[in-house]
Amino acid sequence: MSTPITRRASPILSGVHFMNGDEAIAEGAIAAGCRFFAAYPITPQSEIAERLSWRLPRVGGMFIQMEDEIAAIAAILGASWAGMKSMTATSGPGFSLMMENLGLAVMTETPCVIVNVQRGAPSTGLPTLVAQGDMMQARWGSHGHYEIIALCPASPQEAFDLTVKAFALSERFRVPVLIMTDEVVGHMYERVEIPPEVPEAPRRKPKVPPEEFLPYKPEPDLVPPMACAGEGYRVHVTGLTHDERGYPDMSPEAHDRLVRRLVDKVRLFPHEYTFYEEVQLEDAEIAVVSYGISARVSLGGIELARKAGIKAGLFRLITAWPFPDEAIFRLAQRVKGIVVVELNLGQMSREVERAVRGRVPVHGVFHAGGRIHTPEEVFQGIEEVYRQCR
Amino acid sequence: MPVKEKEKALPEVVREARHPLEKWLRTDRLPHIWCSGCGLGTALSALLYAFENLGWDPDSIAVVSGIGCAGRVAGYLKLDTYHTTHGRAIPFATGLKLAKPDLHVIVFSGDGDLFAIGGNHFIHAARRNMDIAVICVNNFNYGMTGGQLGPTTPVGARTTTSPFGNFEHPFNLVHLAASAGATYVARCTTLDGRRLEKAFVEALSHKGFTFVEVLSPCPTNYGRRNRLGEALDELRYYQEHMIIRHGADPKDADIVPGKPFLVGKFVDIEKPTYLELYQEKVRELGGG
Repeated sequence: MSTPITRRASPILSGVHFMNGDEAIAEGAIAAGCRFFAAYPITPQSEIAERLSWRLPRVGGMFIQMEDEIAAIAAILGASWAGMKSMTATSGPGFSLMMENLGLAVMTETPCVIVNVQRGAPSTGLPTLVAQGDMMQARWGSHGHYEIIALCPASPQEAFDLTVKAFALSERFRVPVLIMTDEVVGHMYERVEIPPEVPEAPRRKPKVPPEEFLPYKPEPDLVPPMACAGEGYRVHVTGLTHDERGYPDMSPEAHDRLVRRLVDKVRLFPHEYTFYEEVQLEDAEIAVVSYGISARVSLGGIELARKAGIKAGLFRLITAWPFPDEAIFRLAQRVKGIVVVELNLGQMSREVERAVRGRVPVHGVFHAGGRIHTPEEVFQGIEEVYRQCR
Repeated sequence: MPVKEKEKALPEVVREARHPLEKWLRTDRLPHIWCSGCGLGTALSALLYAFENLGWDPDSIAVVSGIGCAGRVAGYLKLDTYHTTHGRAIPFATGLKLAKPDLHVIVFSGDGDLFAIGGNHFIHAARRNMDIAVICVNNFNYGMTGGQLGPTTPVGARTTTSPFGNFEHPFNLVHLAASAGATYVARCTTLDGRRLEKAFVEALSHKGFTFVEVLSPCPTNYGRRNRLGEALDELRYYQEHMIIRHGADPKDADIVPGKPFLVGKFVDIEKPTYLELYQEKVRELGGG
């Protein structure tokens, strides 16, 4: 444990710390007001669970190690319906096990946060080594059509900040929010500054008495208020297609209406969750689009390119899902070529290609994982696309 | 005649009369989907009588179900009710209970949901002595999906996926629950509403992980394919074959077609729950 914790008045670990990304996620959750964490041990996530098993009892929160990841996500959904902010954390194999109940969270509009510290895959793959191969699974892994929010931190500080943000977004939209980090960010130690106070995101509560309350009647922004267990509203919550009363309704009309609303309530408000960072893009001819640890490495490649006289810059995706189509399309109008750097054989690059709409060439610098890219590999990718578009 | 029409045709005095258990039900969701002769209605009314008996505030009760015929119970109760994914009612209920310890959390589901797809969660919740009551209506097959073999289907029994007779040995649920660490274990049949109600009252008011197995006819699927006759014939079978014995050894509670079987209370013990042990430490650490 990197940071000794003495008894404090506030549960928030304010101050400057030297901690890794996993620990920063744990502290971010506590700062955001999360008081329920359930998980199953898996590398490289275990530091999150270990820290929370030690921290949560001290702040009156609840920690439980479940029998598998299916149980872990089911438990956090139960806790969310009991009114708590809740989180689970895992890596690839466990993320696969969580997919069915991710859909339940979407369908029942249950706020919660799910962390995936990505490692080499498919299957057991490289348990201790980095990859970014679960990006499409984060988007489409559960069955059916839905919309979730996924954020990608590139440093321990950002891991803390985005975890806090993830809780706020999950309450605002009543969707599961995914933190799609990776083994290197999870295990990398850096300076993390935790503010003295973190405002707690409120849960949207019913504004009418129980006899008038319809648990799935949305407000104008398409999100319904949420009545939790024991609050007197006696709601029925089901993964079946349901009407505004929460009752099962098997008609195609009800289904289309519900699924459209679940998608639109997120899709219609991109300005609230679309985050990205631009570095040296002002004069850039070539843009590197990347995220997580790969974006950090890309900065080295951009430096090499600038030394070689190629004006390159970085567009760092912070929000992976919903994909920032507009921002990428605008980027394509400013540069001559795009290089996508990621630790898989082309996932977010497909989204970039789609959003670019053929305006400029898109070149991928891919590696299946096990190590991060070298700056030289990124540089070579930049050089190649530069040659293509001259 | 549709139900609404039938209701209109009734004399006013009958129309105005209200069933004493109605306040527990979402009457706008009735009639229910269960087949005639199914034991789920009996099990549900026994549960409602148990609620009346316990005198709990309805706002303090949460009922969680999985998927299947028994999984539909949650949807008919006018309580905070959660119809979750297949097999996952117990871990969902675990989250509810731990996040709000004052709630009375009940899991009501079927044999396939709780012991096939959800078997792992059952044994671990029992092992932890998680403070929830689990009610399993065992009809020996998957009724909702059309009558396939399940983890309690007897050897040799015919189902839609065991057309030549079942080659698998079934679980003895009483023995399984007791071995995994449940602190209260009982078995009843839907023939016996009173005993069922008593078992529910005991299981719901007992501290820790408690379990009631309810044997129920499934005349539409299991009964029909195994030539057990009408639902009443199945109940008669229970009457003729069940032996009420409290405190019997759980390992003797096997159910074999044509042979006598045990019902009654098998386990009734006390041990600290997960919450008690956890909260004690939280207080010590000053986090409470």
